[in-house]
Order: sequence, then structure tokens, then C-alpha cells
Amino acid sequence: MSPRWLAGKVAAALLTFAFVLVFNFFLFRVMGDPTTQLARLPRATPEEIQKLRANYGLDKPITGQFVDYAGDTLRFDLGTSQRTRRPVWTEIKDALPWTLLLVGTGTVLATFIGAWLGVIAATRRGKAADDGLLGFSLFTYAAPEYWIGIILILVFAVWLPIFPAGQQVTPGVEFSSWLDEAADVAEHLVLPGIAMTLMLLGQYFLIMRASMVDVLTEDFITVKRAIGLPWERVVRQHAVPNALLPLVTLSSIYFGMVVGGAITIETVFSWPGLGELSFDAINDKDFPVLQGTFLIFSAGVILANLLADCLYFVLDPRVQAT
Amino acid sequence: MSERGVRQLLFQTWRGRLGLGVLGLFIFLALFGSLIAPDDPDASSLDILGGISADHWLGTTEQGSDVFSQLLVGARVSIIVGFAAAAISALLGATVGLIGGYFGGWTDRILDAFENWFLVIPQIPLMIVLARLLEPSLGVLIAVIGLTSWAGTGRIVRAQVLTLRERAFVERARALGARDGYIIRTHILPNTLPLIFANTVLIVAVAILAEAALAFLGLGDPTRISWGTMLENAFSSGAPSAGAWWYVIPPGLCITLLVLSVSILGYLFEEYVNPRLREQG
Repeated sequence: MSPRWLAGKVAAALLTFAFVLVFNFFLFRVMGDPTTQLARLPRATPEEIQKLRANYGLDKPITGQFVDYAGDTLRFDLGTSQRTRRPVWTEIKDALPWTLLLVGTGTVLATFIGAWLGVIAATRRGKAADDGLLGFSLFTYAAPEYWIGIILILVFAVWLPIFPAGQQVTPGVEFSSWLDEAADVAEHLVLPGIAMTLMLLGQYFLIMRASMVDVLTEDFITVKRAIGLPWERVVRQHAVPNALLPLVTLSSIYFGMVVGGAITIETVFSWPGLGELSFDAINDKDFPVLQGTFLIFSAGVILANLLADCLYFVLDPRVQAT
Repeated sequence: MSERGVRQLLFQTWRGRLGLGVLGLFIFLALFGSLIAPDDPDASSLDILGGISADHWLGTTEQGSDVFSQLLVGARVSIIVGFAAAAISALLGATVGLIGGYFGGWTDRILDAFENWFLVIPQIPLMIVLARLLEPSLGVLIAVIGLTSWAGTGRIVRAQVLTLRERAFVERARALGARDGYIIRTHILPNTLPLIFANTVLIVAVAILAEAALAFLGLGDPTRISWGTMLENAFSSGAPSAGAWWYVIPPGLCITLLVLSVSILGYLFEEYVNPRLREQG
């Protein structure tokens, strides 16, 4: 891997993150000046407000405030939640694994199923199966993911009570082994996992289908067929590996969407991740938590983009040559 | 975009007819929904989460209001926010793309960095933060969605302007001493308008989904009924676990149908503007 290319990508990611820091600072310190909330305190004298401002460091010049803020953030000091009085970073640390579990499950399933359906559609272009899959992917794009989640609850938790409708484990149960606990979590993961998968499936399907359609018209495919290789083998051994690349590179476009979906789907299923944390912060106007989750979501998407770039670099020899 | 070509596309393909028909129905509801609603959508009653009946075609809400009436009235917010936010987004994206692409150099580099930043930052959390800091209202929703969704348009317009800038008719105008403003207005803009238009139709769909999601998270305009706030009320009042499907399914279905119709029209325009896409179809 060319070190210069990698350094450039890392620098760009760091710069974007610095942008996020500046933006976040201005948003919450300037637009949502904390003293406007302090001033609402009953019987607060100007002296008391002044003291509070000094406590928060708000009497310093704006550049000094920013340096303080950036330093605190890089030391993972994101302030204290107004709702729970716990440090924001602790709240985020507790929630992050649950979000990664949900998002990871959805992304892996959607990638595999989407790739598989994409191959089916591309090799049957213009036929009924292709039309049906295209219509299905358009539907999953148009349907709000939280609405799909609610319908899943209605069907599989209320009408046919097969799966739990919310939370991550059955409350109040003592598990005899970690295996039992994992099985319980897996059961709770089914419905939110399906909602997440359905949200992403259509996009991955469309990428794979378009990529397969492109590859199947290329000369080397015609040659492989001309030398007498069976069609099945041409598709499996020659077309699919070449068509997989855009699935990695283009999928980075949807990282932002994944984050949005995590917020609404976790809300629907009371899944204790970053999304539900954000939802609680929205309702309680808990600005430190909202600021922290926004920061962590942005950092996550920037990092995921960087990883996709690196993966692209490893997978595509043409980039390495330049 | 020739007028005849567009008309043919809209009225003589089944996709065009379907998209227009469904969108037309929802625009009609946005205009007249409150007049044809059988009940006052805000009127509460003791008939809480009541099922389908002759009085209430789609049952009642947790307040005992008529779901069907709320559904008819709710079209307005989606249509207004969808189109207004997309208009802001188009204006911003087109301006940034035109200026960056045409002038190049440092202007372009800075605008491009700005665009990249907006493309990377996750849109829903950004909108949540902005909407929470401001007090939720229809205007705030439109502004927040419009201001966060222009980057994609900007990028597409910029790419188109970059190729137009080098074309012979632009060179000729420049050689004859035409000013930048004149060239942009008479040569560049008319040739990017179809692209901007097709892209904006797709942004309408994005904006409708964004409004619904923000409303579902409790950031909608509290004084207006929208399909998103209906879903929020249904969810937070426990309608799903009560099995009140008549309250839960219709609002989401309306969002889905509206977004589907707009997307179908958007893809049609996009294929028309970019014939390469037609071959893939």
C-alpha cells in the first residue's frame, strides 16, 4: 500500500473531523448559548449568572473556549448528561456496543442478501424476477424503516407472539451461562435486525445489480462463454468476483443512512444503543448528550469511509498502480 | 429538455402515469384535504383506539380522533415541506455547483471541501441537532432539511459545468468578450437546468422522508398534523402493542406511496437527462 496515498486519506479524514469539532462547538456554544438556559433559573441574580458563566468557562474569549472544548473532547471529556447526571462519555461507551451489534448485523445480512439478489436480477434482466426485485427495492427505499419496524412488532410480536417487541434482554432473568444470555439477546435482535437489513437491502441490491449488468457485457465474459465454459461457472467464477468491488466502494455512501436508521429503529425497539440515547436526549433537551452523540456518529461515519477507502485500495490493483 | 419528449414520458409510459396519478392525488389532498375530511381531525372523543366502523373508516386515535380525517389533512405538511425544502436545496446546490465549476481554482477548492463535508456528515443526526436547537415549526423543518441536503446536487451540477466550460460555444462566447455572468446565464445554466430539475425531484422524496423521520422523533411542527406525527403519537401511545393496525399502517403507507410516486418521476427525468441509464434499466 502506497504510504503517501494512505497519508492523504488519513489527513482528509482528520480535517473533516476537525471541521465537525468546529461546527459542533459553534452550534452548541453560539447558537445554543448555555447561559440562555441558565438565565431561566428563577431568582438568578446577574452576579450568580456571572459566576455560572465563569464555571462553564464562558467568560473567556471565544478562541480560548474552543481550545478548551477541543482539548476536553480529545480527552473524551464530553460533559455531563443533564438527564442522568452521568458523564456523557460513559453513556456513549455503554450504548456503543449495542449500536455496533445492530448496525453490524444489518450491514452484513444486507450485503450478502443484496449481492445474492443482485446476481439473480442481473442474470435474469428484464424478466419477471428482475422486475419484482426492482419493485421490492424501490419499496424498501420509499418505506420509512421505523414504520417497517412497527409493522414487524405488530405482526411478529402482537398477532403472532414469536419474538420480543423491544429491549435487548428479557428483564429480570438470571442467566445460568453466557450462552443462554447470548441466545436471549439474539432473540431480541431478530426484529430490529430485520428492520435494519430491509432498510439497507434495496441499496446494496441495486449496486450489485448495476455492477453485474456492466460486467456481464464486458469482452472477457463473452470470451469465456465462447471457449465453451458453462454459463453458471462464468457467472460464479468470473462475473461475480469482478462485480463485487462497487459493493465495497459505493456502500460508503450509505453509512450516513445507517446512522439515521439506527436512531429511528433503536427508538422503535427500545434498543439501548446510541440511537435511543439520542432519542432520549431529544425529548429531554439534554444538549451535552445530543452534542456527544452527534460527534460520535460523525466520527463513526468518517472512520467507516476511511476504512472503505483502504479496503478499495487493497481490493483494486488498478488504484495501486496510480 | 424538449416539451414534447417530457410530455410523452409522463403521459405515455405506465411509470409516468402511475407517478403522476399518485402524486396528483396527494397534491389534491394537500390543497383540499381539510375540506373533504369527514371529521374534525383534532376533535377528541371517548372512543379511544376504536377499530374500523361506519363512523370511523380507519378507526380512532389514542385521543379518540378520526384516523381517516387526520390522514387526509396530514398530506399538506409532507407536500409543503417536501417541495419547499427541495427548492432551497436545489437553489443552494445549483449556486455552489455553478460557481465552483465555472470559476475553478481556490473558489472551487473551498466550495468542494464544503460539499465533501456535508456529504460525509450523517444527515439525520445533523438535522436532529439543528431542529432541536431551534424551536420546531414548519419553517424550521423546511430550512433544516433544505440546508442539509444540497451537497449531492452541488456535486452533480459542478461535474456538468466542468464539461460545459470547455465546450466550443462557451469558448466562442468568451472569445467574443462575453462576461462571466452572461455566459453562466445564457450558456451554462440552460444546459444544466434539466439535470438540476431531475435531481431536485429526487430530493423531494428525500425531504418527505426526512420530515417524517424528524416528526416521528418528536421534532415535527407541534401545531400541525403530519403522517410523521401520527406515527409518533401511535407509537408513543402503544398502538402497535394494542394491535391498532388501522392507526399504524395508513400513515406509513401514505408516506411510502408519496415517496414512491415522486421517486418514479425523478428516475424518469433522470433517465431522460442521462440516456446511459436507460441502457442499464
